Amino acid sequence: MIRITLDDLDDIALGATFLGTGGGGDPYIATLMTRRAIAANGPVTMLSLDELADDALVMSCGNLGAPTVAIEKIMGADQPPNAVLALEKHLGRPADALMAFEAGGSNSMMPIYIAAMLGRTMVDADGMGRAFPELQMVTFSVYGAPSAPMALASEHGDTTILDIGDDARAEYIARGIAIRMGARSAMAAYPMDGKTARRVAIPGTTSLCQAIGADLAQSRAQNRDPFAALIKMLAGTHYGHARVLYTGKVTDLVRETRQGYAVGQVTIAAQTGDRQRTDGPPLEIQFQNEFLAARQGSALRAIVPDLICILDSEMAQPITTERLRYGQRVTVMAVSAPPIMRTDKALAVFGPSAFGLPEAFVPVEALDEEEMRHG
Amino acid sequence: MNRAAASKKPGRLRLGIDVGGTNTDAVLMDGDVVVAWHKATTGRHITDAIVAAAGAVLQQGGVAPAQIHAVMLGTTQFTNAVIERRRLNPVAVLRLAAPATTAVPPMSDWPADLAAVVGSHTYLAHGGLEFDGRPISALNEAEIGAIAREIRGLGLTAVAITSVFSPLDADMELRAEAVLRQELPDAAITLSHRIGRIGLLERENAAILNAALSGLAAQVLEAFNRAIDDLGLSAPLYISQNDGTLMTVAHAAQYPVLTFASGPTNSMRGAAVLSGLGDALVVDIGGTTTDIGLLLDGFPREAAMTVELGGVRTNFRMPDLLALGLGGGSLVRDGGASIGPDSVGFELRQRALVFGGDTLTLSDMAVAAGNMTLGDRARVARLDGVEVALARAAAMIEGALERVRPSAARLPVILVGGGAPLLHGESIGGGEIVRPSHGQVANAIGASIAMVGGECDRIFSLDDLSRAEAVTAATDEAKARAAAAGADAATIRIVEMDEIPLSYMPGNATRLRVKAVGDLAGGRT
Repeated sequence: MIRITLDDLDDIALGATFLGTGGGGDPYIATLMTRRAIAANGPVTMLSLDELADDALVMSCGNLGAPTVAIEKIMGADQPPNAVLALEKHLGRPADALMAFEAGGSNSMMPIYIAAMLGRTMVDADGMGRAFPELQMVTFSVYGAPSAPMALASEHGDTTILDIGDDARAEYIARGIAIRMGARSAMAAYPMDGKTARRVAIPGTTSLCQAIGADLAQSRAQNRDPFAALIKMLAGTHYGHARVLYTGKVTDLVRETRQGYAVGQVTIAAQTGDRQRTDGPPLEIQFQNEFLAARQGSALRAIVPDLICILDSEMAQPITTERLRYGQRVTVMAVSAPPIMRTDKALAVFGPSAFGLPEAFVPVEALDEEEMRHG
Repeated sequence: MNRAAASKKPGRLRLGIDVGGTNTDAVLMDGDVVVAWHKATTGRHITDAIVAAAGAVLQQGGVAPAQIHAVMLGTTQFTNAVIERRRLNPVAVLRLAAPATTAVPPMSDWPADLAAVVGSHTYLAHGGLEFDGRPISALNEAEIGAIAREIRGLGLTAVAITSVFSPLDADMELRAEAVLRQELPDAAITLSHRIGRIGLLERENAAILNAALSGLAAQVLEAFNRAIDDLGLSAPLYISQNDGTLMTVAHAAQYPVLTFASGPTNSMRGAAVLSGLGDALVVDIGGTTTDIGLLLDGFPREAAMTVELGGVRTNFRMPDLLALGLGGGSLVRDGGASIGPDSVGFELRQRALVFGGDTLTLSDMAVAAGNMTLGDRARVARLDGVEVALARAAAMIEGALERVRPSAARLPVILVGGGAPLLHGESIGGGEIVRPSHGQVANAIGASIAMVGGECDRIFSLDDLSRAEAVTAATDEAKARAAAAGADAATIRIVEMDEIPLSYMPGNATRLRVKAVGDLAGGRT
């Protein structure tokens, strides 16, 4: 059991931006919300999955909507708690632990916020281990814990319960309701018992956000190489293999809207005179809200669900797809996703084929070995 | 100080003035040609400094005040007031959004010292729009009226009103203003849609800062007007904005916050006009820092990230600058191997060796090398490490240029600012060095050649419009705003277009931001 205090929030936000792999939304506003909630109500207690009782009621929470709307229409203070209260009312009992459904981006803060507002406990785990664009892209769905029943809440105090038998269909219908709620709705879903949570959730991801953020912040303060330090830190976690794929400058950026997604490709080229110059052809990264695949010439370097993170070379600040721009000096990192996200069942839901990519999944560590043999 | 052939054609001459914290510069311009220039000390009275600098160039140019067609002025007075937390007035902050946005009330992330100066009089009332233009909740005039009476009771004279999605539709902010006016007829009321973009907290912060500057704005602009009167000028006075375009004094009096960062923008625009280059890197070497930026099509590239001003997040249109702790006053140590970031700043004339002081500065090194004429060269005749120091300064600038340069293309490097002679040679980092004459007053020149602009920043639903129709609508709106701001319709062109798809939502909405600029009507010929 650990306690999340005001001092932890900036680190968690920074780590969540890293795990967002370019998407998930900027946690800035969610962090301000959470800071107020903890300042008013005190620290939040966070259990590990192992500390949950077998019959504990766990529900996952977060928001559904568009990040571009999120920066303008901030949530009502009671909106996220109302989604949890509505689901509790429907189930006839209070939640024993709140869990993030998405550790990457702004949703990482929601269980902390709601736990602080309602005086609940949270659990250190999530369903994505990073950010993904759709609700059903969670290990909960992969391993048979259903999204239903689900509660959505607007800022008006309106709530709705959806009881939909298929998670992809639930995503489709919930998103339609979210649009009518002004593209910003709070959600509580995937109610499950503690025993199930241990089986289907990715453990330790909130504390991992905190560790990543603290590591990056410390590197800045101590003026040491942030990338080497982070690689070393991640080696001791279930995200074990991390490496710098490339260092260079954004030389091309193509972005367009396709079916509501920010789809595009960013090209990063090495620069002459660069201290940590990367050899070889430019690195091309394809994105659909999040970074999906990194390719160099004909060689695949990393692919979803492994994490591809673009960071500002100077400050090691993770950069979201919305903030990518020509001329930025960046360092690209690849991080292996935890084993629970790499099974055949998981890859069917959020592997390359789920995004229409032509390649099969190859773990980043295997791609690295290949690179060393040929490169 | 400097003099070229003055045009005798009436109505073509302009005065460019830059009122900085230390110096007030004036230039007399005939089109893009510098006729005369002068630097004066700003001192305590702005009016006196402007009269001294502008009076000197009129005299040097042999020009009667009546021949001046327009006066353009850039100022750092308002930026400095926020940074120094001085001369700000308290503000009543009204947000129209309830029941949305209650999770983050206004001024939640302000530094305590600034919040204390501005006061924490915040009100969150019903109103605001959804992304598609539907109201979040109806505006409640009785509620606003009660708030207005409370504001009056508190004796507050400045109000900032921010409504959710007001950049899409400003109606709610306008209606709330009308209700407030009934109780507060003389209040300085700032409407957020007039100064900011989408991004509620950043736009609201800018509106609050603007309202906090309203008292100072009245005084400063009065001082500017008095200087114009004292000089006997009958030409209209325009004030520089952060994006390199102009506004009228009446507009600046209402929106002083729009002058933020106009200094670096003016200096980059000045560099563009002096050099005749559209795409280039600009290196502006001052006394304490060197600002490095990128010109694209004659305008500074804008910062993509939010910009903090005095510790407050805003989303102003600001030039994307890299500031290096290197300037003429930078301290030199370790036999030339270490430069800055500390500087003697405005005390150069007391503390530098060439002026008989006891501090080794980069200017001393440049004078010793014969690159710069300043003070008494004999005092630095036997300095060690001259070459080392100047090579180190060049390497620092070269490294910074490498970070700003957008691609492998070798762009020319325009060198301006008082410290320009610090950098010697013909090229740097593979780019040719261009040293325009009058580069030391690029700031005032940039003010004098500023254009008039208009912007559209809206979310379009592509269910009802094709993308091409949306782009046309945004372009037309930006052009219409430029014309309304005083641009000559024949010269208006689009200089920037940015599209951000609304990710995570079907329904195909996209946010378009288009910027149009044109020459001041009846201005340049």
